[in-house]
Amino acid sequence: MSIALPASTTRGAASRRVVVLVAIWVVLILVPFWLPLLGGYTALAGRILVFALGAMGLNLLLGFTGVLSFGHAAYFGLGAYGAGLTLKYVAASTPLAMLAGTLLGGLAGTLFGALIIRRRGVYFAMCTIAFAQLWYYLAYSWNDFTGGFDGLRGFHREPIGFGPLTLDIAPSGNAFYYFLLGVFAVAVTLMGILIRSPFGHSLRAIRENERRARFLGIPVERQIWLSFSISCFFTALAGALYALLNNFADPLTLHYEQSGYFVVMTVMGGMRTFWGPLVGAIVFVALQDYISSMTVNWMSFVGAIFILVVLFFPRGILGMRWRRGES
Amino acid sequence: MTQVILYNVTNGLIIGAFYVLMALGLSLILNLSNVINFAHGNFLALGGYLAFTLQPRLGYWGALIVSPILTALIGVIVEQLMIRRLYNRDPVYSLLLTFGLAFVLQDSARYVWGPNPLPMSFPDLLAQPISSELFFITWYRVFMVAIVITSILGLFAFLRYTRVGLRIRAGTLDLETVSSLGVNIHMLRTFNFAVGCLMAGLAGVLAAGQLSLSPNMGDELLLPSFIAIIVGGVGSLVGTLFGGLLIGVAAALTTAVYPSASEAVIYAIMMIVLLIRPRGLMGEEGRA
Repeated sequence: MSIALPASTTRGAASRRVVVLVAIWVVLILVPFWLPLLGGYTALAGRILVFALGAMGLNLLLGFTGVLSFGHAAYFGLGAYGAGLTLKYVAASTPLAMLAGTLLGGLAGTLFGALIIRRRGVYFAMCTIAFAQLWYYLAYSWNDFTGGFDGLRGFHREPIGFGPLTLDIAPSGNAFYYFLLGVFAVAVTLMGILIRSPFGHSLRAIRENERRARFLGIPVERQIWLSFSISCFFTALAGALYALLNNFADPLTLHYEQSGYFVVMTVMGGMRTFWGPLVGAIVFVALQDYISSMTVNWMSFVGAIFILVVLFFPRGILGMRWRRGES
Repeated sequence: MTQVILYNVTNGLIIGAFYVLMALGLSLILNLSNVINFAHGNFLALGGYLAFTLQPRLGYWGALIVSPILTALIGVIVEQLMIRRLYNRDPVYSLLLTFGLAFVLQDSARYVWGPNPLPMSFPDLLAQPISSELFFITWYRVFMVAIVITSILGLFAFLRYTRVGLRIRAGTLDLETVSSLGVNIHMLRTFNFAVGCLMAGLAGVLAAGQLSLSPNMGDELLLPSFIAIIVGGVGSLVGTLFGGLLIGVAAALTTAVYPSASEAVIYAIMMIVLLIRPRGLMGEEGRA
């Protein structure tokens, strides 16, 4: 499949993109040095990275395929519970926990995706909400196994051994932040490759005009299903990291409010841009952290953020640039 | 023993009646405007709280009538100010908007009426049990079910026999054609939204006497209402009615046998329907 590259790959744009990429990674790598100066703490940065990864996973579907899932909390939370349950009941191994969490969330998404792939628009969204709430209900009521409303406790992340070397990520210091950043970098690189691949182009073709994509011979249902599944795997990985970050799996990570947070992060940052969800996660998590420490009426403020973004800022922060119709 | 079962079943049926009222309102808005109203449960709570506040002045019966109408008016304001701007945009925007609105409304209710549950009283006449054997079935429960049935029949009669109802049904099928035939679809959508909120408000007043008022009282009803719509089939109001009744009765019967699984049954029904009949029990092929 040969699809013409977008016009932005001229030399000037390419070098500008390199500059932006380098800037993003330098800022992320130096977080432990500049964040405390602003009054933040490194664990906050870890949370931002995790939510950003979850939202970027969602954006693969929402921004690049044009399919609205309002239930990604399910895969995020399943990732968290998968990791937590593995550490607690199976083996004290961080990589195994990450693998188990990612597989649990990703496979649940793959199976459910097959059921709803012919739905579109709000109906698709509604099915994803209801399915997500099923897992919330399950985690909430299966007290003996999942800890019920109090969440799953009694596990903690373990140092990772590489042959003779050991990466001690157990204390919540900079080592764990860099571990998160490493996983984030690998996942984001994979996403970038995927989006630039012919598969990624076919997803955007479906987003722009589903009927035309179908006439071009793109197997629309299969591509959407794949996109949904891959998106769930990435979000589940983020969930597994979230359980490691907190040494705790919270049933609220499965609640539809969490799904809403992912969607608002994505839209706020710019849902048709690659880095939009990262920017959205930074702004949203920082605002939420700040507001909830200032007032008990934080719900009003968070709700107002949703409304303001929709009414006055629908393209998102990074989306201001694609006014010319470029994705 | 039979009394325990009967007690659980009537509880379940009453909850089911609330599901149906909520789901019908949601479904009306969804079918015509393509908007999932996440704040629907908050309109329900609003209806209940308004009735609580109005009751000392208007009495129970006055509050029962005025409060849903006020809820509908607030719905009209919300629709005019925010939701109508999003009609022809990506559905993600209307979903996010009503989601944020749900947060704001819930927090406002907490701010105005306080976080603690408030009891809503109703006339002594309705507090009596219908007989000494069935002491757990008060007249209030009978009354609630009667109101729910009446309002559902009223809604269907309205849609079937009035001109506006006809336009709403036609708009559900093909809004563009209806618009080109000279119908003001902006007014139609606003009116339709108001009818949905009216039903939520009514459900709220009734629920206030049964469940007691709390800022998030609608949340527990919201997801089952979504499931009622999915099970019944999107685009079909009759489907929503049957979907709501089905999950209500199934939950009630499960409550009689094994109470802690009553919610699980609702999700199980949804999964089975999605597996064997993905468009829902009465959904039409080709829609969504």
